Amino acid sequence: MAKLWNNYRYLILRRIVQISLLVLYFGGNAWGWKILRGDLSASKMFNMIPMSDPYAVLQMLAAGAVISADLLLGAAIATLFYMLIGGRAFCSWVCPINMVTDAASYARRVLQIDNIKGTRQPASRNIRYWVLILSLVVSAIMGLAAFEFISPISMVVRGLVFGLGFGWAAVVVIFLFDLLVLKNGWCGHVCPLGGFYSLIGKFSFIRVHHNEANCTACMKCKVVCPESQVLYMVGKESLPVLSGECTNCARCIEVCDDDALGFSIKSLIKK
Amino acid sequence: MSFSRRDFLKSSAAASAAAAMGMVVPTGLQAAAKEAESGWRWDKAACRFCGTGCGIMMATKNGKIVAVKGDPAAPVNRGLNCIKGYFNAKIMYGADRLTQPLLRVNAKGEFDKHGNFAPVSWKRAYDEMEKHIRIALKASGPEGVGVFASGQHTIMEGYAAQKMMKAGFRSNAIDPNARHCMASAVVGFYQTFGIDEPSGCYDDIELTDTVVSWGSNMAEMHPILWSRVTDRKLTHPDRVKIVSIQTYTHRTSDLADIEIIFTPNTDLALWNYVAREIVYNHPEAIDWDFVKKHIIFATGPVNIGYGLRRAGEKSITPVRTDGSAGKYSAKEMIAINKEMNKKVSTTEGPALEPYGYKAGDTMHNTAGTLDHWEISFEEYKRSLAPYTLDYVAKIAKGNPDESIDAFKKKLQALAALYIEKDRKVVSFWTMGMNQHTRGSWDNTLAYNVHFLLNKQAKPGSGAFSLTGQPSACGTAREVGVFTHRLPADLMVANPAHRKIAEKKWMIPEDTLNGVGVQDIMRIHRDIEDGLIKFAWVNVCNPYQDTASATHWIKAAREMDNFIVTSDGYPGISAKVSDLILPAAMIYEKWGAYGNAERRTQHWRQQVLPVGDAMSDTWQWVELSKRFTVKDLWGAYAPSGPRKTALPDVIAKAKAMGYSENTTMYEILFANKIAKSYKLDQKDPIQKGYDNSEGYGDKRNVVGTDGKVFGGYGFFIQKYLFEEYASFGRGHGHDLAPFDVYHKVRGLKWPVVDGKETPWRFNVKYDPYAAKAAKGTNNEFAFYGMIAKELPHGDLSGIKDKTKKALTNKAKIFARPYMDPPEMPDAEYDTWLCTGRVLEHWHSGTMTMRVPELYRAVPEALCYMHPKDAKDKGLTQGGLCWIESRRGKVKARVETRGRNRPSRGLVFVPWFDERVFINKVTLDQACPMSKQVDHKKCAVKIYKA
Amino acid sequence: MEKEQGSDRRKFILDMARGVGIAALGGFVWSAFIDEAKASQLLLRPPGALKENDFLRTCIKCGLCVEACPYDTLMLARPGDHRPLGTPFFLPRDVPCYMCPDIPCVPVCPSGALDKKSVSTEGHLNIKSAQMGLAVVDQESCIAFWGIQCDACYRACPILGEAITIEYSKNERTGKHAFMVPIVHSGACTGCGLCEHACVTQKASIHILPREVAMGKAGNHYIKGWDKKDEKRLENAKEIKTTTEISKKSAVDSLNSGMKDLY
Repeated sequence: MAKLWNNYRYLILRRIVQISLLVLYFGGNAWGWKILRGDLSASKMFNMIPMSDPYAVLQMLAAGAVISADLLLGAAIATLFYMLIGGRAFCSWVCPINMVTDAASYARRVLQIDNIKGTRQPASRNIRYWVLILSLVVSAIMGLAAFEFISPISMVVRGLVFGLGFGWAAVVVIFLFDLLVLKNGWCGHVCPLGGFYSLIGKFSFIRVHHNEANCTACMKCKVVCPESQVLYMVGKESLPVLSGECTNCARCIEVCDDDALGFSIKSLIKK
Repeated sequence: MSFSRRDFLKSSAAASAAAAMGMVVPTGLQAAAKEAESGWRWDKAACRFCGTGCGIMMATKNGKIVAVKGDPAAPVNRGLNCIKGYFNAKIMYGADRLTQPLLRVNAKGEFDKHGNFAPVSWKRAYDEMEKHIRIALKASGPEGVGVFASGQHTIMEGYAAQKMMKAGFRSNAIDPNARHCMASAVVGFYQTFGIDEPSGCYDDIELTDTVVSWGSNMAEMHPILWSRVTDRKLTHPDRVKIVSIQTYTHRTSDLADIEIIFTPNTDLALWNYVAREIVYNHPEAIDWDFVKKHIIFATGPVNIGYGLRRAGEKSITPVRTDGSAGKYSAKEMIAINKEMNKKVSTTEGPALEPYGYKAGDTMHNTAGTLDHWEISFEEYKRSLAPYTLDYVAKIAKGNPDESIDAFKKKLQALAALYIEKDRKVVSFWTMGMNQHTRGSWDNTLAYNVHFLLNKQAKPGSGAFSLTGQPSACGTAREVGVFTHRLPADLMVANPAHRKIAEKKWMIPEDTLNGVGVQDIMRIHRDIEDGLIKFAWVNVCNPYQDTASATHWIKAAREMDNFIVTSDGYPGISAKVSDLILPAAMIYEKWGAYGNAERRTQHWRQQVLPVGDAMSDTWQWVELSKRFTVKDLWGAYAPSGPRKTALPDVIAKAKAMGYSENTTMYEILFANKIAKSYKLDQKDPIQKGYDNSEGYGDKRNVVGTDGKVFGGYGFFIQKYLFEEYASFGRGHGHDLAPFDVYHKVRGLKWPVVDGKETPWRFNVKYDPYAAKAAKGTNNEFAFYGMIAKELPHGDLSGIKDKTKKALTNKAKIFARPYMDPPEMPDAEYDTWLCTGRVLEHWHSGTMTMRVPELYRAVPEALCYMHPKDAKDKGLTQGGLCWIESRRGKVKARVETRGRNRPSRGLVFVPWFDERVFINKVTLDQACPMSKQVDHKKCAVKIYKA
Repeated sequence: MEKEQGSDRRKFILDMARGVGIAALGGFVWSAFIDEAKASQLLLRPPGALKENDFLRTCIKCGLCVEACPYDTLMLARPGDHRPLGTPFFLPRDVPCYMCPDIPCVPVCPSGALDKKSVSTEGHLNIKSAQMGLAVVDQESCIAFWGIQCDACYRACPILGEAITIEYSKNERTGKHAFMVPIVHSGACTGCGLCEHACVTQKASIHILPREVAMGKAGNHYIKGWDKKDEKRLENAKEIKTTTEISKKSAVDSLNSGMKDLY
């Protein structure tokens, strides 16, 4: 039992956070709860604190919208928050799509798809930055927040809070894409929101830290990591994971049996 | 295959050219159209809904009604309808239509008052009914068996019900929901004219210069008539004036030149004000020649109570020290106590002074009475003295935000319109004046004004009481399905009248019970008092439509009695019943209705009923099979209101050739005369039409004897109609033969020599008036026979008891303004008025099942003034409680839209069983007509 | 070495070109999709919504307006609804806007896509100034135009007498009845849709369209001579220059265009 907890504690916590956020949003709509209303694009906490998706606001800016003070404030709050706790914490702790892609990744491992000969990762992880730029260009051209229009993330969150429609199809497509086409395809390659938070995440205080001394180079961490490139130092050097692409999901910490990985606060003095 | 646009144009041009020259171009399409058309059948009928009486045509296809159209030949509506009429084709096919008898049973299948409903056979249902009727007869005599009848009964059904009740069960405890609708109008007619129903007809609308709507939202409740009023206004917009006199602003005011908003009940004062203007300030306007020849003046007692329960009645005994009494709380008793004694208020004080009361006096009330006596014109004039402009404006101004001067100007303008020489005036009213604690007075006051000016019973002029229900006139009133009536204005209380009925019905002399006082309100109260043990609901919803509803529902559910409801749909009445019988609906049976202008309209059975439903006629006739001479015609000890015994008439019955075991079926319904009305498929009237009662039908319904019902074998509907009609023929109520009604679009009775009568009492138009006026050069004869001998007196009472005949004369009554028993005060600070909306019919059992109408108005709203809402902390669209001393309901606040009350009044329609407003209203009534006043009581409104 | 460098540069340029190409293609598809999705013009927006293009630009699709609506009138467009995804709209035939005086859906909007000012007069929220759409009557299927006494739409209208009035006219066919037909006034109609909801015909014969779709526009070059207020339109009147098929060419060109067609 203790082992189970030890091996999955962050995963369980993440799921609890992800699901309770959805429940709170849902309750806000269905039963008028006041804790959290709206959705991940913009919401109000306790009918007071605004929060909004900074990437959506950025797109709106590109589209030429007049941004209200509420939205700006909300976006600022969200940005600061994620700057503090790790930009892509959004991806692993908040975004519900994470549950889908984690499931796909797990299925890949179970089905040992990566061991099939000839499979290779056909795409670069930098695509997301291209999509990010492209989304701003299209927003400017079309005069509306372009990614918000097609974002499966918003689609699913909205769907769960306000009514799904064909939104479930987005879930299926992403799952199949990650399972069959590209490992960690959506979150690790395509999603411009992930790209956006990667950029913000560069400033994060909370970091995974690698202690080479304890490492047995079993590489379990790299197997579970959805952004395994950020763990380049494993078995080589004792370093914090500084890449913004790390989602702070802490799976690596959980699977490490050797206490070689753990959270640390980024020292401002160092470096 | 290529058929270019050009070719098309060419060929269609050829076709139209051929058509223009009168050539017939036979096309496959036309042939196909014809074939399709032969798949349906059009036949005429009457609209199911209000008292307007629009003619419609029903299209039947594969045994189901599929469409409806307005009948272009119908004189009332000329092919038009309102939106309720528009949905006549949809009312019978609701998903939850009742199709089988349902009985409350326990787990063993035995009847259990607290059990759930389960389907039973017709036989089982009738076994239970029979058993419980016998129990009731044994416990309380005939007075223990009650029937809630209806102004929506067909003529034949109403007649069958009343015949079985009065001749068979010897019970007069049968009274229609029409009691709630126009009983006050009837008393008005009887007291004023000596005969029921309006003198004029709808053609008055096209002939008049002035339409005054008194407390009636004609625009919503009589839309087709309102459309005719509108047309009249459009024809001569400057000459024709419309006046809307209401307690709140609604649709009818839209067209009005003058809108007068008055405080509830003060219409009495308004009428007297107009009369005073005539008598005091414009005496030259009085047509003395007419008045002297045709009118006498009269009055009656004013201390007649409010039709509430009287001290000593079982359910308000004992009186406890906390003010509560019997089954009534102390709060409820506040109004009820006024039934016996009341303090004259400062509002009504001046009006009552001529009658010997002044403000602060205690008035000791006797039970309501119809007694009245002749007085002099001077006395009448004295009765009008208080109704000065100042006094009337002060008590009647209903909108606190209107200036008194503006209000006075309107009153003067109203009087001026009535008085203006050569101006024709029609006064219309419905529930506002009828559902009124002084409704009978109010009705007579209307005629006063018209009589003084000789503006009554003339084309384009007259006071005209509209009816709400499709056959309140045709069935309830003309057939006499009231506790106190027999067909054609015969009275239960009159031994000579009973003899006439006994002879017609071929029953022994003295069979009929002479005490007919169990009106519909009394039936509810008698159930609560435990007198009535068996009650049967026919074509109405008395547990939703009666004020103080909680008491009656509690009595039905918690006391030892048996309530049966025949209905098409599961409304509140069905729900509180012990047994539910599935009833055939209007077009599933042969029937006839009579509208507000005395027009009788018949229709054939268009389709077979749904499921095992059968008509009310059938249900009554089947019940008659269960009881024999021996069962019903023995002696009965005094019971309830009847203080004398009913004699045993079995010996007399035997002398007439009946045996002890002859069933009521054989005597009342399947007698020799009845059987002479043959079923005949060669008869053009019957040819091709079903008659479920006559033949049975292909559904093979297993009847009340457990065998497939194969029909009575004679034309029972025609028999019932003709026998009923024979009561009135030759007595001013003449109806045409049955067959004639199937060829015409209704006829206005009296039908004399095949001709209908548009204006009664007018020698020029009414053969009866001509006959009565023979030998004089009088233009009018008010030939009604009721209350035509009066003693003489003054406003305070009778001085000379010798009765003087008033042949051919009508009456002008001195009647004062009086307060209703419950008015807003500090705690219950708001008037509640109830009523209807255009989209829904009565309690909504039919129209709430038509999806389009349901969507249009899905719930009853509480209409109120926006300032009132704000002051009470309510928001538009939010929920509020409407609470009176009797109960409370929750409704949504509406501060805008169709009904716009002034501050201090709210309007809540009663169609919605989920906003059960009759839990809130008070069962006060006009003590003369016993019509309940659902239009006013005091409530408080607060946020829910 | 130099060669390698050259081949590196070429590879880089090629990669760049590829990237740009793919991006352009993706952008094109993306734009086309968005263009298609926002082309749906027949949407009814909550009260106070900005003009459709600005609205699409500004709405962040958070659904706070939907949550604020006490009648469940508002919905967010779902995939498969064929409406701009995630944006709020309503279908009055199902649930109309009940015109709450406190307009709860507007103040909660964080983005300003629902503009409080546009539904306020003198600083107070006034739902009567909302312009969600405009009711349009189909005279062929509206049974009031047949002579049926309906006016269900009129009675359902929260601002009856202003947004919908009844026009009376004689019914010459029957000779004694009047037509009472609903007339919608664009100056007062908010497009709440209570009329469409109440309409008793099988498919509503009065329905709400976005104002831009429903309304025509008389040119500013003509002012009603009998209506002083109409002069307000003059403020927008502009210098006039007209071109028709016949006046395309300059006067000289057309005068010199030969006599061929004249004789």
